[in-house]
Amino acid sequence: MTNPIKNMQQKMADFQALDARDKKRAIGEGLINNAIYILLVIFVIYTYSRNPMFITTSSIVNIISLAAASMPIALGIGGCIVLTGTDLSAGRVVGLTAAISAAMLQAMDWGNRIFPNLPEMPIGVVILTVIIVGGIVGLVNGFFVAKFSLHPFIVTLATQLIVYGAILMFFMANGNNGQPLSGLSEKFKNFVTGTWFSIPTSSGKSVAVPWYVLYAIIMIIVMWFIWNKTTFGKNMFAVGSNMEAANVSGVNVFKTTVMVHTLAGCMYGITGFIESARIASNTANTGLNYECDAIAACVIGGVSFVGGTGKISGIVTGVLLLRIIFVALNFLSISGNMQYIIKGLIILIACSIDMRKYLVRK
Amino acid sequence: MGQEVLLQMTDISKEFPGVKALNHVSLTVKRGTVHALMGENGAGKSTLMKCLFGIYSKDSGHIYLDGKEVSFKNSKEAMENGVAMVHQELNQALKRNVMDNIWLGRYPTKGGLMVDEKKMYQDTKAIFDDLEINVDPHRIMSTIPVSQRQMVEIAKAVSFNSKILVFDEPTSSLTEEEVEHLFRIINMLRDRGVGIIYISHKMAEILRISDEITVMRDGCWVDTKPASELDMPTIIKLMVGRELGQQFPPKTNKPGETYLEVENLTAQYSLLRDVSFQARRGEIVGLAGLDGSGRTETLENIFGIATRKSGTIKLGGKVVKNRNSRESIKNGFALLTEERRATGIFGILNIRENTVISSLKKHLRAGIMLDEKSMRKDTQWSIDAMHTKTPSQETKIRSLSGGNQQKVILGRWLLTDPEVLLLDEPTRGIDVGAKYEIYQLIIDLANKGKTILMVSSEMPELLGVCDRILVMSGGRLAGEVDAKTTTQEEIMTLAAKYV
Repeated sequence: MTNPIKNMQQKMADFQALDARDKKRAIGEGLINNAIYILLVIFVIYTYSRNPMFITTSSIVNIISLAAASMPIALGIGGCIVLTGTDLSAGRVVGLTAAISAAMLQAMDWGNRIFPNLPEMPIGVVILTVIIVGGIVGLVNGFFVAKFSLHPFIVTLATQLIVYGAILMFFMANGNNGQPLSGLSEKFKNFVTGTWFSIPTSSGKSVAVPWYVLYAIIMIIVMWFIWNKTTFGKNMFAVGSNMEAANVSGVNVFKTTVMVHTLAGCMYGITGFIESARIASNTANTGLNYECDAIAACVIGGVSFVGGTGKISGIVTGVLLLRIIFVALNFLSISGNMQYIIKGLIILIACSIDMRKYLVRK
Repeated sequence: MGQEVLLQMTDISKEFPGVKALNHVSLTVKRGTVHALMGENGAGKSTLMKCLFGIYSKDSGHIYLDGKEVSFKNSKEAMENGVAMVHQELNQALKRNVMDNIWLGRYPTKGGLMVDEKKMYQDTKAIFDDLEINVDPHRIMSTIPVSQRQMVEIAKAVSFNSKILVFDEPTSSLTEEEVEHLFRIINMLRDRGVGIIYISHKMAEILRISDEITVMRDGCWVDTKPASELDMPTIIKLMVGRELGQQFPPKTNKPGETYLEVENLTAQYSLLRDVSFQARRGEIVGLAGLDGSGRTETLENIFGIATRKSGTIKLGGKVVKNRNSRESIKNGFALLTEERRATGIFGILNIRENTVISSLKKHLRAGIMLDEKSMRKDTQWSIDAMHTKTPSQETKIRSLSGGNQQKVILGRWLLTDPEVLLLDEPTRGIDVGAKYEIYQLIIDLANKGKTILMVSSEMPELLGVCDRILVMSGGRLAGEVDAKTTTQEEIMTLAAKYV
């Protein structure tokens, strides 16, 4: 491990050694490369000045909880981006697995169960089911991407539609007729949204941190391990960096690609499971456009579309950043319509800054 | 022959943080001459040219073209003023056709709106006819061989009607025959009064084609002399600043028993057919032939990354299947690919990641976790054994020179404990000093009993390093010669056998 303090000193020394003109340039570069963070700080300060409620324990816990909910999907999609691909089916897979979770875990005494004869399901079985369902969609994605060298954009566009069709059919099943799935069992709700621990606030009330924050942390650790410590992780970066060279070097490109997509699918399954309990009333449009936020978070966090680069810590930062911005927009009472425009601009700026780093300077 | 000065670069300096890339370098090119620019990688040749084309801004110095001071802001401006360059690394739109590539950015138009395809075709055809290039302007770039792409690039540079034409390593992907063709083109341009700057590592070529030679070393101008006053040892001495005793290290390897047997190798999708040969332990076998004669295909078929139609491969008497690269690696094969940048390195990854990628299994703990420490140890071994010059293991491989990149890849393969090394153009685009080191590594490997199959387009290299040379022609094995007794003529004759 390189010593971070020494590293910093070295960087300072390098900087001191530059002449005035280059110094100016180096500062400019630094500002641009970190523009998104700088803007964020300014934005947070501004929001706070307009609405001090923005920085309170409950608000911060809220941001962290929301970020935790969208963490697994971003962690999954990150792998696809490392392979220079993408995954448009993510949101719909979340929708499908959310519907499945809800259907399997409706309270036994709920009058409007979609499968009235379904016995009470252990939560473990449900988790396994959604992981498998998500994994299968990912497997299909990965198979077509790897086997026929189709661009993931096309493949996942197709599976997105297919999965959406499946969701709509699922909601029509057993005479349900498209009604939202609600009436979830207490056991399920407690497992996901129940209190992990509470933080007391100055006003005497306490703010609950839900269990799914813990699940997100576990996912982060697992994915960090997979990306950094396993053969599969190293192979993934190699394939993303140079597929041909990876093949020659003995990396099983087919297997790696399929596995990345399958793993991503499993992550969407977990997101679906959490979302299901969080939303409590699932419709066919649950999960819609989730992939956009996830992709944006990855890109903001430095998982680049040039392939072969990216860090789990980056994804976590990206998800948090995006969440802070969304919540802040709410605190500023900016209309939902306007929020879409701002989201779009953020993605554009973040991608531009990211690609700028990879431009060959002459 | 006109001898007036066409281009004059005086006192050019350029400094990058920590490095003086150019130190008061001067270069004078006369009208109607070929001026060779020589020096090892990193000597500053490319930097000097980039200053000429405005890709880098020079810190000091002046450039005069036709007596007028110029300072181009970018290569487009340079080209418009009659200074063009044929780049070593081709940057072409491979999905587009040949003529699109030539007229890219300056399409002839009809009424300022519609691209005049007809004129484009005729103009392209005219240039090709003039230069005797035999390529259909409608062909898609990616479907023609690299050597022809190079010719297209040359035609493009010529199409600017330039006064100054820079060739940067133009022959690195050309066959001997095409080199002759290129020289005819260069001579023709010279006779038309064009000033040509020719950058190359290949001494024989330089001595043949150039009128004047400038040698650079470590960013400094060393000497400029008429080519007639120089010979190979003198140039090498000027370039490396020391006497480089020989071009090739002494051959100390002793071939042992027969180890690799290839019988009737025939490819499914390429022209390769019926190739049979044997190679012994500790033997270096060369594969000679023209571009497209099936040398690379032979290696790819042995390694299992190309589809075989028929044929068997035996290793130590046992048949091995080598259905894909993983199986081949397991069987003790290793393949160093021809195009290092495209299929060798993972540019964005660091030295360590590049080194251990083929031997990750060795570092697995508990079947799942990779041991960082052991990977670092192996990488260090590779760096030491290959004498790779790198600031650290964390350095991105793309920031190393070609020679050092090649050493990293060679190290990568040695970590898989191979018995048979398939080397495809192992010294392409590598400077003289580093070449010698690669040769030494190859011979050392043979000394350890490894079987080595080496493809090269540089005949002296095959003659200097190999024990035996297999000559390929038109996808078939045309013959086999003893490297000690054969001549370049004999090899060339065999190479033309099935063409």
